[in-house]
Amino acid sequence: MTDITAHGLRVRYGAHTRRRYLMLLVVTLCLLVSFIVDVATGPGGYSIATVTQVLADPYSHGARLKVIVWDYRLPVALTAVIVGGLLATAGAQMQTILNNPLAEPFTLGVSSAASFGASLAIVLGFSVIPAVGGLIVTLNAFVFALATCGFILLATRLKGVGSETMILFGIAIFFTFNALLALMQYMASEDQISRIVFWMMGSLGRASWEKIGLGALLLAVALPFGLMRTWAMTALRMGEATAESMGVDVARLRVEMLISISLMAATAVAFVGTVGFIGLVGPHIARLLVGEDQRFFLPLSTLIGALVLSLTSIISKSITPGVIYPIGIITALIGVPVFISIILSTRREKLS
Amino acid sequence: MTLEMRNISAGYGRHVVLRDITIPDIAAGDFVGVIGPNASGKSTMFKTLAGLLRPKGGSIHLDDTDLADLRRRDRARAVAYMPQAYGCNAILTVFESVLLALKQTTGWRVQDDNLDRVSETLAALRLSHLSERGISDLSGGQAQMVAVAQTMVRSPRVVLLDEPTSALDLHHQLSILGSVRDEMRRRGTIVMAALHDLNLAAQFCDRLVLINSGEILADGTPAEVLALPEIGKTYGVVTSLETTRRGSLFVDATLEARA
Repeated sequence: MTDITAHGLRVRYGAHTRRRYLMLLVVTLCLLVSFIVDVATGPGGYSIATVTQVLADPYSHGARLKVIVWDYRLPVALTAVIVGGLLATAGAQMQTILNNPLAEPFTLGVSSAASFGASLAIVLGFSVIPAVGGLIVTLNAFVFALATCGFILLATRLKGVGSETMILFGIAIFFTFNALLALMQYMASEDQISRIVFWMMGSLGRASWEKIGLGALLLAVALPFGLMRTWAMTALRMGEATAESMGVDVARLRVEMLISISLMAATAVAFVGTVGFIGLVGPHIARLLVGEDQRFFLPLSTLIGALVLSLTSIISKSITPGVIYPIGIITALIGVPVFISIILSTRREKLS
Repeated sequence: MTLEMRNISAGYGRHVVLRDITIPDIAAGDFVGVIGPNASGKSTMFKTLAGLLRPKGGSIHLDDTDLADLRRRDRARAVAYMPQAYGCNAILTVFESVLLALKQTTGWRVQDDNLDRVSETLAALRLSHLSERGISDLSGGQAQMVAVAQTMVRSPRVVLLDEPTSALDLHHQLSILGSVRDEMRRRGTIVMAALHDLNLAAQFCDRLVLINSGEILADGTPAEVLALPEIGKTYGVVTSLETTRRGSLFVDATLEARA
């Protein structure tokens, strides 16, 4: 056991911190590359150089390319980045607050609640908020997702609800809404069924500049909101009693974070439909890379979530040329192995 | 600096745990052992002192300040409480976990001075070699040492340790209580520690408070308190206080009186 001087400890921590900033930088660059490749990928076979030029100067290669890049591909690529970021940020904070690495909008049933909300609008034309016109499907999905988050918030405050119980709650919510969804489908016409099914698969094709603006705004508010509370959130990872003893107002922190989480999760799901496991994969990879000092963990989760969904968007276009597969299918295929690996690794640590 | 508990009553809901507790005149640098059987009210007393539990009556004063007047964060800065040890699965290094304890009461940005304080605290508790280890990989004893470091790093005026030695082997029990006592005496910090081992209490404490069923039964030097017949009655054993050849106190306890 060699004795290390106090100065040596500081130097080592400094090196640690620099590595973490470097990690943030590297992932940001990866995201940028992935984003450009995403815009460049698709029917037509334009080169990355051409697409980059059109991004810099819309009319440099004529009006046709301007429309393809700016009106079709860019909104999809941006939606992937923003929704990925929203889902992973929400997932990272949910996991911290509920002390459960399996918590995310999809596993807690928020996505299925949103699907039911959407189907209610598609089949019955029933709107939770009256007179919204064309936004009815999106808004219904949003309201149901938000209500489910609120329910989870209340459930965590019940006595004796541990983190395992939370996931069981999630499963209960999941099955409840799936049953209701099946009921909707039973009542629906063939055309309506296909709309519901397509909505549930999750697609970036519903992108619009308004949604992108709203999502970006939300992320721009929620991320600093979370970052301001990173020390308290990190303390929460030491256990509730310890965090309280350090002066953290745990009850208030929970409520504040759950409001922010609910808005992010509900917005993301309402925009693109069921896109599972991004909220799981982002934080999981971030945790492996930088640990759980939330100053690094939170922004890195956001970046990795954005990166993963952006990459998924590329994959969804590349499997069969000319066909864009619904992104929800692909994220599920990528997410499930990660999900299983988390279960296997946490079983050892005996979560409770 | 003096700490004083005046007529404190506290409990959970209708269940009263502490009944009119008064502990006067705890002076700077004092190491006060709180002894008493399980469920006697030791943890409740610490939670009340730390401000996590609002007393139903009475007040706690640090010099002229009524602790109830302090805001949560200021109170956590003045009084550092280490709860009984629980496991934790966070992916944080020892250094990070001690730093986060300090950062709760300082600004968001990590300053050089913060890093110095963490490094010095780890060195004082001989934890430097564990600095980069993950806290979930520590042994129970090491985790407890880190928890002590988390309270010390804040340079509080009062440190409350709830069973700091429960997961430690004999060597570490002696070393941690020794380091805490020396460091805190040097800084003039008040330490109150709930201890189960009466012999450890006798060895390290300047003063012992015996508590049972939420009432103070005795308050004095270890030699005074441990000699009282109440000790045996409280724990349901028969004790006699002896002095070893080295001159330290030793509590000899058996379940029943020897024939």
